[in-house]
Amino acid sequence: MSGPGATAVPAQARLCSAAGCRACGSEAIRSHLETSLAERGLAGRLRLRRVGCLGPCGAGPLLALDPGGARQGSVIFGGVTRADADSLVEALAAVRLDSWEPQAAQRFDQLHPFFRLQRRIVLENCGRIDPESIDEAIAAGAYVQLKRAVASSSPEAVIERIRRSGLRGRGGAGYPTGLKWQSVAGRPGPEKVVVCNADEGDPGAFMDRTVLEGDPHRVLEGMAIAAYAVGARLGFIYIRAEYELAIAHLRRAIEQASGRDLLGDVAIELRVGAGAYVCGEETALLHSIEGGRGTPRPRPPYPAEHGLWGRPTLINNVETFANVVPILREGADWFAAIGTPTSAGTKVFSLTGHVRLAGVLEVPMGTPLATVVEQMGGGAPGGVPIKAVQTGGPSGGCVPAKHLDTPVDYESLKELGTIMGSGGMVVLDATTDMVDLAAFFMGFCREESCGKCVPCRAGTVQLHDLLRKHLERRATAADLEQLESLCHMVADTSLCGLGQSAPRPVLSALRHFRGDFLALLQPKASAVP
Amino acid sequence: MKRQRFTPLDLLKVKEPRDQAVSDAETEASTETFAELEPCLRDRNGQASALIELLNRAQELYGHLSKPLLAHLASELVLPLSSVYGTASFYHLFRFQAPAAHQLVVCTGTACHVKGADRLLAVLEGDGGAGLELSRVRCLGTCGGAPLVVVDGVVWTHQNAASLQQGLGGLPR
Ligand SMILES: Cc1cc2nc3c(=O)[nH]c(=O)nc-3n(C[C@H](O)[C@H](O)[C@H](O)COP(=O)(O)O)c2cc1C
Ligand code: FES
Repeated sequence: MSGPGATAVPAQARLCSAAGCRACGSEAIRSHLETSLAERGLAGRLRLRRVGCLGPCGAGPLLALDPGGARQGSVIFGGVTRADADSLVEALAAVRLDSWEPQAAQRFDQLHPFFRLQRRIVLENCGRIDPESIDEAIAAGAYVQLKRAVASSSPEAVIERIRRSGLRGRGGAGYPTGLKWQSVAGRPGPEKVVVCNADEGDPGAFMDRTVLEGDPHRVLEGMAIAAYAVGARLGFIYIRAEYELAIAHLRRAIEQASGRDLLGDVAIELRVGAGAYVCGEETALLHSIEGGRGTPRPRPPYPAEHGLWGRPTLINNVETFANVVPILREGADWFAAIGTPTSAGTKVFSLTGHVRLAGVLEVPMGTPLATVVEQMGGGAPGGVPIKAVQTGGPSGGCVPAKHLDTPVDYESLKELGTIMGSGGMVVLDATTDMVDLAAFFMGFCREESCGKCVPCRAGTVQLHDLLRKHLERRATAADLEQLESLCHMVADTSLCGLGQSAPRPVLSALRHFRGDFLALLQPKASAVP
Repeated sequence: MKRQRFTPLDLLKVKEPRDQAVSDAETEASTETFAELEPCLRDRNGQASALIELLNRAQELYGHLSKPLLAHLASELVLPLSSVYGTASFYHLFRFQAPAAHQLVVCTGTACHVKGADRLLAVLEGDGGAGLELSRVRCLGTCGGAPLVVVDGVVWTHQNAASLQQGLGGLPR
């Protein structure tokens, strides 16, 4: 139907339907809007769409309003209430949608630093398309690059482009993706496997969830291109069970894509975990896909030689695969020019903790931490000064406020004693007790240690106890000394990355906030050098 | 062209090792049939590598993993009961006891921790938690709403001690 204000392109409201906004009640708002529009006969004048993450999840439920017609300039509203939805419908009825101002919701225009300073490559479609509709994904270009690669590039040429782009693994370690593909491609035999690591176990990290919920076809296409390049016909996605919505979207996407024969020769299977952090480690993950206990094993042999059921296996992170399509589309040089010489491209971060605007954002590598945390995130609420930013989760460390000018790239963060990790960024304000945080991470590793090797199984227990002793003000200088030396021992002798990096949060806190530990020591004992 | 139905192991030509003797000896015949699991078993051709999927499905269906159920899976997949239990007990999400009427999960991930998950736990470990089954999860990946709890599957975001107490007061017990 066409009302007085109808234009060729109707205005549209994109409602975030990702898990963060759902937890804030977005589905109720959406169905309320849908019914009200239908009752008032206005459904033809405002297109309601369900999309993936719009960004500032901490301010959910989020709604993006596109004016329609030839007009530009979407506005995003956060904290939308039922009353706001009602007033939106009124404004639409009165043909003054342009001047609609909600009562409760917060308004963000595209010039807000949170949006303006982003460079969305991985997330280019996220928040724009309906993740459950393959037609919308195809309209946004999905599966074109796969088709083109298979039709007109050799596998070697595809690998060469990935290698030249400088893409490095986004799962934490930053291993060059092209090299990894090359080594799997170089293995003989047709029975190879491609695995997508969607375990995202770092607490405080939800970049991969955002990508999978918001644009699942992007990841499937990246995997299928990888499978073509390395010569695999089978792919697995291993995803943590906590991600119900991402699982549902992926299942649907796999069905849709294979139903239309868009994945080429590749069959992709979904495997759901059952709650074990260590299963994010690649060898543990492979054991879990094989149906067993998720315990890691020593490497070499690397999965590239000996992976799933002994077959050569390529394993990459969700975000790594999500970068493949834009690289093939825009070219390796284009990608290499973004970011820094050693860390090409962008990185998606999940910004949480003591920060005004928590959510998911994507910035070029090399962006200073301060830009992300202070400009985009708006700093800590209530004007409390920031003490540090934690990166890399339980395998990482913190960057103290005085180093916030550090660019985020693999090398700069390593120099400061932390890691890029998978992209979780937790802002800590001045009220944070760094010893408590170190104890928190150690408690996490203690619970998540698989128990296979002694340094990790027993070491994390001892380290956690020592940290608790500090918190309870029972520790002496000798305990602090022991804490430090045990950290090095566990880091040097553990079997897998979990144990090797479990001491890092403690060592990082000791490096930058030693005073926090000293202040807790027993008064007399702390006087002893 | 219609694609042929296959399972991944067919594609990779993997033969799974089977230990029939151990399996038969350890597995007691159970009277329950667990018919609801049948489609999932059939889908996977009874392959041992489907164990975790089957455990997930079983827990979804029956709420927890009972002893007869584990024995049933062991015999269907031709695996020793010890390895079925060994795998199940490795993962945090599998449970071996029937769930209580109300489930309350507190997120104790990093973001929730720094925003006061401990204060929520204190409420629940006191009187606030009476009649609820309390568990913890390390991050739901919706940290924007930290600190949060999940009550019978519904996420309550941005909680504090007072709001949690008030919300729990409204639960039918
Ligand atoms: C304890 C531990 C947990 C890990 N968790 C994850 C994870 O959740 N997601 C992920 O992609 N990689 C994780 N990794 C890294 C993987 O082992 C592996 O390096 C990565 O998936 C490779 O993909 P990439 O080259 O694309 O980064 C973890 C490593 C360790 C040691
Ligand atoms: S830390 Fe609680 S949801 Fe992520």
